[in-house]
Amino acid sequence: MASRKTTSNKIIDIDKGKGKQSAGLPMKGRDIIVKSLENEGVEVIFGYPGGASMEIHQALTLSKKIRHILPRHEQGAAFAAAGYARTTGRVGVCMATSGPGATNLLTGIMDSKMDSIPLLAITGQVPAPVLGTDAFQECDVVGGTFPMVKHSYLVNNINDIPSIIQEAVHIATTGRPGPVLVDIPKNLQQQETIPNFKVSLNLPGYKPNYKPSPQQVKKAMHAIREAKRPIIYAGGGIISGEASDELRKFIEITGLPITNTVMGLGSFPMEDPLSLHMLGMHGAVYANIAINHADLIIALGVRFDDRVTGKLAEFCPNARYIHVDIDPSEINKNVAIDVPIQGDVKLALKMMCDQAEHKEGIGDWIEQLQGWKEEFPLAYELNEKSIVPQHVITEAQRLANDDVIVSVGVGQHQMWTAQFWRFHTPRTFMSSSGLGTMGFGLPAAMGAQVAHPDRQVINIDGDGCFLMNIQELQTLKIENIPVKSIVLNNAHLGMVAQWEDRFYDSLRGHTYIGDANFAEIAAAFGVAGETITKPEEVEPALKRMLAHKGPYVLDVKYPYNDQSHGHVIPMIPGGGAYLDSILDADSNLRQYWDKKGVEY
Amino acid sequence: MLFSRHKTYLKLLSIQFMQHTISVLVINKFGVLSRIAGLFSGRGFNIESLNVAETTDPNISRMTIVTRGDEEKIEQITKQLNKLIDIIKVIDLTEENFVDREMILVKMNAEPRVREEILRIVEIFRAKVVDVSSATYTIEITGDQGKIQGFLELLRPLGIKELVRSGRIAMSRGMKSIN
Repeated sequence: MASRKTTSNKIIDIDKGKGKQSAGLPMKGRDIIVKSLENEGVEVIFGYPGGASMEIHQALTLSKKIRHILPRHEQGAAFAAAGYARTTGRVGVCMATSGPGATNLLTGIMDSKMDSIPLLAITGQVPAPVLGTDAFQECDVVGGTFPMVKHSYLVNNINDIPSIIQEAVHIATTGRPGPVLVDIPKNLQQQETIPNFKVSLNLPGYKPNYKPSPQQVKKAMHAIREAKRPIIYAGGGIISGEASDELRKFIEITGLPITNTVMGLGSFPMEDPLSLHMLGMHGAVYANIAINHADLIIALGVRFDDRVTGKLAEFCPNARYIHVDIDPSEINKNVAIDVPIQGDVKLALKMMCDQAEHKEGIGDWIEQLQGWKEEFPLAYELNEKSIVPQHVITEAQRLANDDVIVSVGVGQHQMWTAQFWRFHTPRTFMSSSGLGTMGFGLPAAMGAQVAHPDRQVINIDGDGCFLMNIQELQTLKIENIPVKSIVLNNAHLGMVAQWEDRFYDSLRGHTYIGDANFAEIAAAFGVAGETITKPEEVEPALKRMLAHKGPYVLDVKYPYNDQSHGHVIPMIPGGGAYLDSILDADSNLRQYWDKKGVEY
Repeated sequence: MLFSRHKTYLKLLSIQFMQHTISVLVINKFGVLSRIAGLFSGRGFNIESLNVAETTDPNISRMTIVTRGDEEKIEQITKQLNKLIDIIKVIDLTEENFVDREMILVKMNAEPRVREEILRIVEIFRAKVVDVSSATYTIEITGDQGKIQGFLELLRPLGIKELVRSGRIAMSRGMKSIN
């Protein structure tokens, strides 16, 4: 106790010196929460008040350091916070009340778990004395989110608040980032205590190891020297690990080819001749051929997701694997790894760069890759009568600023954006990749725009997705957040309809949404917008959208059609191998190669 | 053997899975047990037995988890356990020499016909009768898996009324310590 007294005395001295409010005075729990968040450098919170969290909002509204943004649904709060986190690397903070407020955060929390996004979710809880009585708006959100969070806290002592907030932010942002939930009963928000903000981390069970084993790195470099057909497979870990510069340097030195996952887009410039674009279900055919012909796969910050590997038993049968990951449980999870390197991918790449040299003897391999690139380009056909969605995407990139940030929903428009927008900078593409959450695009763009008020932020959305969080148009208007939304509106749930066309004889199982005019809906919120239907309108409409100062909705109507040009192509059917890649309306890669007499 | 490196194929190959005894040190907080139980069920791992109680430090509890799976599955289980923030240490004792014990209480139908027989078995196994009534014996026995199994097999035909097991506890042999 004696030592504690001395520390709190010290705080009083420091604060007096700065002329601030004395920490020696009692504070309410709600104020301690806000002060703790300020101490962690939090600048913005996306929160929706309710009975069990309004105390915190009372404190927040007086905070001079934290901007509060009121989304129009708690899910919007969680995705906006995630959008903030995805584009800055800093923790995104969202807040909701107990019960339904908390459950509405869950989709966003799980989304951040799947994509390793540093998210802090704060929920109000019913007062501790009534916990467990099925009180009004009571929900055991800590119990309900065990499988969705990196860690969680139910605060049961007001004096723990400063250390819990500090730990929560630390856990969310270090090691493999992820969501942390802090559930705070209302009576603790109202209670008073003399707070002690001089807390130190005490997490004996949490010591992520960043330093890769030099021996393993040596082994990896040896494997690279031995390889004849090496390929780098880089994912979201490069972006969350801020390792893009090191990756570029490593490729510059070695001259190795690279393919990215969806989460890895932006980690390496796609214009580079060594880039094989994206691999996986809707990745480039040449990327999938390349990785399946490789004899060494250098996997950096990836998790061998089924959307990348397809049928595991037939994925890259002849390759050896190097796998660098911060999370030991990812190594050997889906594929047995020959050279595992547990640690920070940035440090690992630095160590690899130190030992790297230009890779000799892969000229034929690179040439072969170029051949596949030319033979199977990612392409689409223009149409005179109707707008082609892929064309809208390439035109948007042509007209937008170079440092634009793009978010997407989930479905055809998401994959078209991943295919046709040429990303070259980390943290410029946001996609709900692991969980695949429709409705992600608009609120995520909102969070990104708040973090980067001077940059263009474009949400490329589908009509189904846009409807799922359309209420955030009001937030954009009221808070004057100038997000631009391009709604690729084909009146269908396009991706599911595409599966119906391919695998279910085009039987429509509730995949027709119906026609809506999103510009008119936007107008009702006071948001500017227009609807276009003709190909020649695309360029001028995009220009008008980008020139507009505030938020904007560009509703792009085009017909869904069940011909292959209405589909996302190429496509490896779920559970298929790369040879099953659908190339066009009538053939897959296996048939195409059989016809040509190519051995595979 | 072309695809032998892939997990799915390996799973097809292994028919019999080995039992593993895993010791876990955890921070003594509410919710820890739920997190661990949830981790097992969410990933389709089965718990055969689980024992948990305080260590010499009241802030730290020790768990002994008995589970079953192939090498890859056990690797995943231990790695996933290690990822939980409230878990301090995970050791798969199966990889080393260890002592394991379980205690059971078993209530027997002690009709006159089998009373003598039950007491004989109790004596042979160095078990203890801890409660007696006109028609029942309640017996306590401590031992490793083999002993407990043998004891129960002999008792079963005599009529077990009720059985409760503590779950396995285990510790590595020799100088080695988890702390």
